[in-house]
Amino acid sequence: MTRTAELAPPAAGKTRPTRGQARRGQAQLRRILTGALGLIVLAALWELYKLLGPADGVVVGGTTLLPRTSDLAMPHLWVMAERVLEPVTGAAAALPLWLVVLQGSMFTLGIAAVGWLVGVTVGLLLALLMQRFRLAESAVLPWIVLSQTVPLIALAPLVRRWGSQIEVGNFSWESWMSVALIASYLAFFPVSVGALRGLSSPDANHVDLMHCYAAGWWTTLWRLRLPASVGYLLPALRLAAASAVIGTVVAEVSIGLRGGIGRLIVEYAGAAGGDPGKPWAPIFGSIAVGLLAAGFVGLIGLFLRRFRRGEVAA
Amino acid sequence: MKHSTRWLGMLGTVATVSALALTGCSTGTDTDDGSPGAADGELTPVTLQLQWVAQAQFAGYYAAVDQGFYEDEGLDVTITEGAADIVPQDVLASGDADFAISWVPKVLGSIEQGANITNVAQIFERSATTQISFKDAGIESAADLKGKNVGSWGYGNEWELFAGMQKAGVEVGDIKLIQQAFDMNGFLSGDIDAAQAMTYNEYAQVLETKNPKTGELYQPEDLNVIDWNEEGTAMLQDAIWANADLLESDKDYADTTVKFIKASIRGWIYAAENPEDAAGIVTAAGSQLGQSHQLWMTNEVNKLIWPSTNGIGMIDEEAWQNTVDIALNTKNETGATIITADPPKTAWSNTYVQQALDELEKDGVDVKGEGFKPLTVTLKEGGA
Repeated sequence: MTRTAELAPPAAGKTRPTRGQARRGQAQLRRILTGALGLIVLAALWELYKLLGPADGVVVGGTTLLPRTSDLAMPHLWVMAERVLEPVTGAAAALPLWLVVLQGSMFTLGIAAVGWLVGVTVGLLLALLMQRFRLAESAVLPWIVLSQTVPLIALAPLVRRWGSQIEVGNFSWESWMSVALIASYLAFFPVSVGALRGLSSPDANHVDLMHCYAAGWWTTLWRLRLPASVGYLLPALRLAAASAVIGTVVAEVSIGLRGGIGRLIVEYAGAAGGDPGKPWAPIFGSIAVGLLAAGFVGLIGLFLRRFRRGEVAA
Repeated sequence: MKHSTRWLGMLGTVATVSALALTGCSTGTDTDDGSPGAADGELTPVTLQLQWVAQAQFAGYYAAVDQGFYEDEGLDVTITEGAADIVPQDVLASGDADFAISWVPKVLGSIEQGANITNVAQIFERSATTQISFKDAGIESAADLKGKNVGSWGYGNEWELFAGMQKAGVEVGDIKLIQQAFDMNGFLSGDIDAAQAMTYNEYAQVLETKNPKTGELYQPEDLNVIDWNEEGTAMLQDAIWANADLLESDKDYADTTVKFIKASIRGWIYAAENPEDAAGIVTAAGSQLGQSHQLWMTNEVNKLIWPSTNGIGMIDEEAWQNTVDIALNTKNETGATIITADPPKTAWSNTYVQQALDELEKDGVDVKGEGFKPLTVTLKEGGA
């Protein structure tokens, strides 16, 4: 019990709570402003390059370093924005593009969340296993690293095929589960590695102290290792969230799941010539999904802020 | 103790949020397959694996589902869309689909590698693959490709191009082969002189784009088109493939095959007679293509089928042999050919389509469409 208390941040805030809170609020505001400024700078760079960059792009020795500045290759930001407000197609019943992309984003986010959850669970279990048994670490860790070298395009059709053969009672495997599984395959990796590092991070003398208290493995885990791992775990969770989103979008394209952002990216790509703003809409959608996912992990970080001492940068 | 309970609270939050996400997902996909009459226990369930996502290239099958033609034959057909990494003939050979739609040259390679499947109906009589270029590039035939930047999607889509070049005496080394993307931007921006284009898709994509010089959409007059049908190196494209082992051993499957072909043909006849409705059916089935583009595709695909020389679906032995010859003798940029030996006899059969056509003709259905008149479709910007 005393150990956890020590791991909490120094109680400086207790003496002057209002000033500390105000300062924190200011820092928060500054962070938001910096973030917004970054976006504006990015937008300005895009338009500036489009205005001043060479029409044929920057090509060095036959390799294109920067793209053409044509309306096809780099549509104006306002073209993209305008396009989002218009209907998807000329059909009378066509929904506005932003709504279709929003629906796709929610679909993708849902699958990514499932993939993330499965990945995080598996990753944590593997980390615990490896922390508990040295033998497991030397047996499993190389495979975990190796697993990430299997290309997704080889994996995706296999997952779909195996999945389609699963049918137990009323449960039948659906395509979205294959996508979630592939997302979790990408997501579990950073978690297992990060959590392992975190669980092994307490100093030897802290562990020895637990030994002196005659604390068992579970107690040591709960009182010492888990709290100590938070600083390693949060960046890993954030990385896993990003991986899950990317994995979901790629797997949607790969195995052909309809309804999400991946499908929209593929289907809108053909309009790149005649309707240059359209293919960008699902790309922004996937960025929004990524931000939401990262924000969710940030929320977890908020809950765990008492443990976030000396956090390793993401 | 305080911290531990917070930890637990966090876990609870995560669990709740994910449970919500889970339920959200499962209800979202339930309505996905869109097959009618699934509740009817007497229908035979059939799965059709397409080559790509829903689009008018497959209008006949979607129309047959929508109009209940499959149901009339006692079939409950589920159409499975293709995707970037899904190979329809592999899905068929592994038993995950009952029938598949794929191009003949692509399947010939799979057959040589051991996939035991049969072409039971050659739906598209003509090839839709062309090589298009702007008029000022002066590329009017395969011989003119020499020294040019030539685009191709690869992955088995390049063989007609290579065969045409080989026939015209242009070596693969004489051109600069450029990997083409899903869009036509490489062609429009001038990186590609002659780009691969399907009449029903990419060709239209160009015609849906504003010509910066005129401010109007590009017109057919702005483009030169090398049509492999005219160059004599066309290969057979969309065909219905069935499992050869089952055709031989399972009488029911053979019967189902005839029924499936028959209903599919009725679907294609519907698409020829009602192109606007057929395009609408495909869009309703989930295609994201614009209205004018979808109609254009329906119309162009109809032209590949109708008028049909021997009756829709009949495999023309000469055309088949031509495809096989090209597959045997055309070398790609790595020097490889599609196949190294003649395909087995099981690679194609007119038995089933003949039966289907006979039944249809007995009902007075016109299976040749001699009077077929294509529409004139006006494309809108971006295909809208």
